[in-house]
Amino acid sequence: MHIDIDKDVCIGAGQCALTAPDVFTQDDDGYSALLPGREDGSGSPLVREAARACPVSAITVSETVG
Amino acid sequence: MTETTAPVAFPQSRTCPYQPPAAYDPLRGERPLTRITLFDGREAWLVSGHATARALLADPRLSSNRSRPGFPAPTRRFAGITNRRTALLGVDDPEHRTQRRMVVGDFTLKRAVELRPQIQQIVDERLDAMIAQGPPADLVTTFALPVPSMVICALLGVPYADHDFFETQSRRLLRGPETADVEDARDRLEAYFGELIDHKQQDPGTGLLDDLVHRQLRDGALDRDGLTALALILLVAGHETTANMISLGTYTLLQHPERLAELRADPGLLPAAVEELMRMLSIADGLLRLAVEDIEVAGTTIRKGDGVVFATSVINRDETVYPDPDTLDWSRPARHHVAFGFGIHQCLGQNLARAELEIALHTLFDRLPTLRLAAPAEEIPFKPGDTIQGMLELPVTW
Repeated sequence: MHIDIDKDVCIGAGQCALTAPDVFTQDDDGYSALLPGREDGSGSPLVREAARACPVSAITVSETVG
Repeated sequence: MTETTAPVAFPQSRTCPYQPPAAYDPLRGERPLTRITLFDGREAWLVSGHATARALLADPRLSSNRSRPGFPAPTRRFAGITNRRTALLGVDDPEHRTQRRMVVGDFTLKRAVELRPQIQQIVDERLDAMIAQGPPADLVTTFALPVPSMVICALLGVPYADHDFFETQSRRLLRGPETADVEDARDRLEAYFGELIDHKQQDPGTGLLDDLVHRQLRDGALDRDGLTALALILLVAGHETTANMISLGTYTLLQHPERLAELRADPGLLPAAVEELMRMLSIADGLLRLAVEDIEVAGTTIRKGDGVVFATSVINRDETVYPDPDTLDWSRPARHHVAFGFGIHQCLGQNLARAELEIALHTLFDRLPTLRLAAPAEEIPFKPGDTIQGMLELPVTW
């Protein structure tokens, strides 16, 4: 799974970190970030929920091929 | 499609403080958009469908800039103050983004977790004081209002000793009754923050406002008026909304003893219960926008210049998303409600609000297991429909 966070769009609402705390966090400035070692989503079923919870659609999730 | 009924008037007052007004029933149908009439006879769009609301709240073609000509007003007193500078919720990007960027680091989930011990201490002290003086007590003045006021004061670096002043002016700002009250309250709050900012320049403290004074004001990223507007919205939004959720949340739990018993038996349900209460109570019931371009949505065209109103109480009861929507249910996935808004203006303080609500409600019912209303439920006064929803008083005993 490939997770892309558009930091220019992110408003730091924290919905991703609230929804999927094993994958997302907020950096010191408040913006969405992926936890070290969890950049591929670690198979968490909550990643897509987190993307849907984002109020500004800053998170894109795609399946990596191969 | 033939319109056979006159547009519903919006806003209207609730008859039960945790249910949408019965007069909104015609809005709760298959159509995600309906025509409504505002207080001045002007028509606007009311958004009631969940998917349509999420799409539109995230759409930059809807402006939040209240100073734009034609911005819809829900009340006469609101219409009289649209020329006033309002930070964050009353401005569009890129100005909004610049303002939000200055403060977002202080409202993260991590920061809310760090503040939990301090929130717990404030809650414990308020309950100690309430228990020492009662029973009975008015939960609004002894608990629901002081807790978030003290929390936001500590976070911002505003002296809580001034709470009578700013709570009174916030109440006038949000509820009037006249435009003159709203204007006067704005003047007083602006003067208060102006003085506080001057004081902080001389004698810096450790709050968020002190940070803003020293980082943004000094660098010229914000001027004094800009910082005043930002401070004002953080303080008002930081205590009024959460206070209403605590009072109305308590009332709602007391009216749903089975749900309260479930929550007492399993405190692990608290986060889900707070989300479900947010969905059910939808206290900010009527978010306003102005279309600045034509928008095709849900088979309808919103025209440039049209007012658009989001009835969160109706949107959060869209039965295609929330089956049996009028029932309070801790097991439902209440996530994706729009009680905190959606899009770029989604509530900055939502993580702090969740922490405050969890701690306040849990500790209240933990310390006072026999808490109950001290007056007939239907006689307890609550706020009219043209402002943030909540209890005016909440007489309780234990």
